[in-house]
Amino acid sequence: MDVSSMQATATTRQEPLLSIKGLKTHFATRAGVVKAVDGVDIELGRGEILGLVGESGSGKSITGFSILGLIDPPGRIVDGSIEYDGLDLVSMGEEPRRQLRGNDIAMIFQDPSMTLNPVLRIDTQLIETVQAHAEVSTAEARQRARDALVQVGIPSPDERLKAYPYELSGGMRQRIAIAIALINKPKLIIADEPTTALDVSIQGQIIYEVKQLCRKTGTALIWITHDLAVVAGLADRISVMYAGRIVETGITADVIERPLHPYTQGLIDSVPSHSTRGRRLHQIKGMTPSLLNLPQGCAFRDRCERATPECLVAPEPTLLPGGKSVRCWNPAL
Amino acid sequence: MPVFIINRLFQALGVILVMSVLVFVGLYLIGDPTSMLVSPEATEIERQALRKALGLDQSIWVQYLTFLENAVQGDFGRSFLTGQPALQLIIERMPATVELVIVAMTFSVLVGVPLGILAGLRPKAPSSKAIMTGSILGFSLPNFWIGLMLIMLFAVYLGVLPASARGETVSVGPVALSILTVDGWQHLALPALTLGLAKAALMIRVTRAATREVLPMDYIKFARAKGLRPSRILNVHLLKNILIPIITVAGLEFGQAIAFAVVTESVFSWPGMGKLLIDSIITLDRPVVVAYLIMMVFFLVILNLVVDILYMAIDPSAREKVRD
Amino acid sequence: MSTPTTVLPTTTVEETPFRRFVVQFRENKLAMAGLILMILLAIPAFAAPWIAPQNPYDIGALDILDSQMPPGSVAEVSGITYWLGTDSQARDVLSAVLYGMRTSLLVAFLSVTVSLLIGSTVGLCAAYFGGWLDALLMRIVDIQLSFPAILVALVMLSVLGQGLDKVIIALIIVQWAYFARTVRGTALVERNREYILAARCLSLGWRRIIARHLLPNCLPPLIVIATIDLANAIALEATLSFLGVGVPVTQPSLGMLIANGFEFMLSGQYWISFFPGIALALSIVGINLVGDHLRDILNPRNAL
Repeated sequence: MDVSSMQATATTRQEPLLSIKGLKTHFATRAGVVKAVDGVDIELGRGEILGLVGESGSGKSITGFSILGLIDPPGRIVDGSIEYDGLDLVSMGEEPRRQLRGNDIAMIFQDPSMTLNPVLRIDTQLIETVQAHAEVSTAEARQRARDALVQVGIPSPDERLKAYPYELSGGMRQRIAIAIALINKPKLIIADEPTTALDVSIQGQIIYEVKQLCRKTGTALIWITHDLAVVAGLADRISVMYAGRIVETGITADVIERPLHPYTQGLIDSVPSHSTRGRRLHQIKGMTPSLLNLPQGCAFRDRCERATPECLVAPEPTLLPGGKSVRCWNPAL
Repeated sequence: MPVFIINRLFQALGVILVMSVLVFVGLYLIGDPTSMLVSPEATEIERQALRKALGLDQSIWVQYLTFLENAVQGDFGRSFLTGQPALQLIIERMPATVELVIVAMTFSVLVGVPLGILAGLRPKAPSSKAIMTGSILGFSLPNFWIGLMLIMLFAVYLGVLPASARGETVSVGPVALSILTVDGWQHLALPALTLGLAKAALMIRVTRAATREVLPMDYIKFARAKGLRPSRILNVHLLKNILIPIITVAGLEFGQAIAFAVVTESVFSWPGMGKLLIDSIITLDRPVVVAYLIMMVFFLVILNLVVDILYMAIDPSAREKVRD
Repeated sequence: MSTPTTVLPTTTVEETPFRRFVVQFRENKLAMAGLILMILLAIPAFAAPWIAPQNPYDIGALDILDSQMPPGSVAEVSGITYWLGTDSQARDVLSAVLYGMRTSLLVAFLSVTVSLLIGSTVGLCAAYFGGWLDALLMRIVDIQLSFPAILVALVMLSVLGQGLDKVIIALIIVQWAYFARTVRGTALVERNREYILAARCLSLGWRRIIARHLLPNCLPPLIVIATIDLANAIALEATLSFLGVGVPVTQPSLGMLIANGFEFMLSGQYWISFFPGIALALSIVGINLVGDHLRDILNPRNAL
């Protein structure tokens, strides 16, 4: 199947780049079915930056992998649709999906010390990414590799190209991973906590640079993180995930200043800031529930201060003016 | 790098020296070889003369020092039985053994690595379970037993392959090779298969373990996220990483196989150094046994060194560790 | 990445480590088959003197006219049926196999037990005391393990001479080092745990710390290594006896029986070697199936 021609016919300006509806990705384990992603809706426009926030185990990484079609058994997308640029990614065959990966949709992983193959030189790992998607000579691919390194601000790129991953620092490796993600000029990048494993000083730099690059090239970005503070200055919109579901979505400023869902509220209250200096930080009571036996109804019910008997029935997303959406019976309106 | 090699060479020399003492002192305790060499009617004087001629009347340390002095010059004494220099006897038999082991090891890598990858990629598939059960049999059953069953099947029941001896050889310089003739291959087939099956079983397990370790790595997932073709992920990203343990084990097993050829050669009457060792042990031909063991120590130590150097050639981060 | 790792089992029955072990072991049909096979072979082997149709080493009982009879033949004089045929000296192969297996299992069991005792003592001491003792002991272990087991055993036997006791000694010398290395590896991890430090701070005696704290933690890998080593010992003893440097003629093991029948095999009298061979293979495979699964359950660090 020729992907590019299909895109050309299916694309219209008004349509979102990515549209996920009712996505459910479950893992069949010995102990039972783990509902890692259990009904996620995401819409993303071209060049838009979305922050996908949630604690570990909330299913945000699995959502990312589901988009790329990188869910391995025992995991499986059991329901829902993922539409990218008019293409249905869920029902798509493996080969056309491969052609999209790394070309149209790229991904940056969390731990840069693990994402680069330790026995291959940097140039090999960049060049193969080009040649997997385009019939170009190795010399041409090498030139693109060099350009990509320059683009992400790597000094003396020719030397770096000949290096092995172990010879580079963590920040440098993550820059190279970003260069690999950018090299084929994708329309969408999924970044899975790419700064968590880095020093704080480098974190800020990388976030700033990625934002600039995406703005410059018009690339859409889904930035997955557990840290609300990281996406506050980065994302256009924020989606908050809890126990496999998106509980709240909205424009960044709206979500942070006027959170509707009690979980979002809890997250914001637990971030230290100037106004909270000297006061005890808020803590969400209780623990993240096991995805194996989620409480019936709203998954946050047990930890929620506003829980009512209604919460025994799972709330559906409520659409509000201003592109906001919340999944709660008692939102803070 | 060179410093490391020199260091290792000195270590190796130490091991060889220690082993030579152990081997020599150990074998000094074997029964009196003169009893095998002279007729039962020989007088005590004749025996004494023989002992003197063989240098057995000296103290053990004098014998050792003499032995060491000669050994450095490549002289390990003469066989008590044939009177030929022990080293020459061994070197004459060496090509047969080395040829057998090379064919067997090649077989084991060619069969074991693909099967191991297969079993590692899909650990729950019935085919993988069959491969793993087969490999348990392959390396737990005694080698001579496998040889016996192969003889029974191919030589006795089907009658398609010879069960013993080396067959026709072609001389390449001083070395006689059987892999250049059809008859040679026919004779080589069963012993090489016997030795190779056991080693293949081991290669399967090593390869599978390595594959299972590499597959869940982030860099494999990242390679998939880059949209690489599955063949490239398998042949470059996976293979280059599992090659490190495979080469290490294959190299070390090469030495083990040379030693284990003792058994295979006895089963198939293969005229190699292993058969020579067994014959020499049974006839108490001490110089040949000592020469064989010293040669073996030397060989194993060198092999270890080669494997270490190879390891560094493949694993870039290992180079770093040595430099530090 | 945030893959779900907090998967909690939902069992309500109280689980002891032993019960969980039994349940896990029984899940694998192949391992259960191996265990049953082991039992089915071991019982008749140890009961050989009482259940074998004939004492194959009582020369008076052998009738030379009955030599090399195929399986199922009936003896001319005594009227007993040779279910597995007879060998060149008119021995009933079935009886010889039962007696041979007895010898093989005995040699293997004794050598593994002693190696285990020596090896774990050395390993525990090396790990606990560390320093030069550890360096020295492990150097010896390394040198020995770098040598192929078959060569070490051959050299030992050529030094010691033939005999059942000599074979056992040779096997112990070959095997103790594996146990020493495994135990040291596990004990070393354990030794650096805080509870050992606490025990030392209480100035408990080193014997007590080793026996009560270190040893129990080394047991799982020891059980695995011992099981698999039992099969290795049977195989190695059989190999040595096959080569003619193992057990004496008066107490033949399976390996020697196979060697005795080897020359007749090429002329089509397969049974003299074949049946001892099958008995040998079944014992080794049975033990390995059990050992392999034990390793999966107990998962010792040093195993390949």
